[in-house]
Amino acid sequence: MTAPHQEPMALSVTGLTKRYASGFTLDDVTLDLPMGYIMGLIGPNGAGKSTLIKLILNMVRRDAGTIEVLGLDNIAREEDVKRNIGVVFDSSYFVETWTVGKVGRVMRGFYERWDDAGFAAHLRRFGLEETKKIKELSRGMQMKLMLAVALSHDARLLILDEPTSGLDVIARDELMDLLAVYIEPGDRSVLFSTHITADLERSADFLTYITGGRVYYTGPREEFEESFRLLKGGPEELTGALAGAAVGLRRYETGFDALVRTEDLARILGMPDGVADAVSSLAVEPASIDDVILLTNADDTAPDAGKED
Amino acid sequence: MRLIISSVSGEPIYEQIKTQIRDAVLSGELKAGEALPSLRKLAKELRVSVLTVTRAYNELADEGVVRNVQGKGCFVMDRGNEAMRRTLAGQAEQSLDEACAAARAAGMTPKELHGLLDEVWARRSS
Repeated sequence: MTAPHQEPMALSVTGLTKRYASGFTLDDVTLDLPMGYIMGLIGPNGAGKSTLIKLILNMVRRDAGTIEVLGLDNIAREEDVKRNIGVVFDSSYFVETWTVGKVGRVMRGFYERWDDAGFAAHLRRFGLEETKKIKELSRGMQMKLMLAVALSHDARLLILDEPTSGLDVIARDELMDLLAVYIEPGDRSVLFSTHITADLERSADFLTYITGGRVYYTGPREEFEESFRLLKGGPEELTGALAGAAVGLRRYETGFDALVRTEDLARILGMPDGVADAVSSLAVEPASIDDVILLTNADDTAPDAGKED
Repeated sequence: MRLIISSVSGEPIYEQIKTQIRDAVLSGELKAGEALPSLRKLAKELRVSVLTVTRAYNELADEGVVRNVQGKGCFVMDRGNEAMRRTLAGQAEQSLDEACAAARAAGMTPKELHGLLDEVWARRSS
């Protein structure tokens, strides 16, 4: 079902590992983002999302693995790579006392393909006044200023670290519209991390779910949603086989929620493929992205159940 | 063409897109040779992901409803083509299956059902 891709990947990460003295390890991360698509990066706090983004931007040193942006190694070809990446962080990276106009004048010097008219148009569109100081801007406005910069130097890959946190529903919707317009030509791509899964459901083509420093899933978003089912039943309906096969489990006094892989459903319920959904006395429901994150991180879950090595 | 997405129907979005485009082709609203909306533009406007629309278009091409022309877009096929005929015949069989089940439940005889079919067929052809 995937469209053919002859071009290099927008982003290709292979066997990426980073060990911190604190004990946290981003472990053997591999993912591919084809050109022209949007990938959402999800996972609980501390899972390694920001570490991955910092490694792509070569802000921290990797211990192993390779990262290629548009087919170029992110360290050997750092200058070319950075020219082609637009970045939005979760907090402003501009000097607080600069004005919005000064940000434009400084950035023009960094990028050879800087577009003054485009930057001015984005400022107008976002309602950003050139005379305002960075410290006078709200969080949402600071995000928009970073976005205006990211969109004004002809970047081919946008990387956004939690761009929508702290934004109201209108600003989030505007941002998602902008991303859809951005990738429309087909040769630009977006990687964004988020906690707001509604944003993904609208626009993400691909999804990478990281938990505990490891990739739990990476691939098309629809496949992710189709690969899990939520089973609900009363306490006495929770068999050992079910608990053992569940990749996530939450028990409560009057029942349980078990997250299972769709491919395991028939076996778990002891029924032939195809009819399992319909005839079980358990409630079988589609699992949302939030369900998967919550249940795979639930305390009740047996360690490493269902995880691929 | 009217193409809207329901977020509460429970039907996957690519299915909703497929069904509405297929219906528009079958009803003749979309004519043979007509181009479907550009994939990326449609994704942007419907506020769904590009891969979702890609999947709908690819499956419509598999059914013979449309044809993908690399670099040009997606075009409506003639309703007379073989793949499309197979799809339509499959739909007819499924509808008849449901009709038979309902007829049995109502206690109708095969003869009565045949008579009803002739009646409906005549009404459609007039």
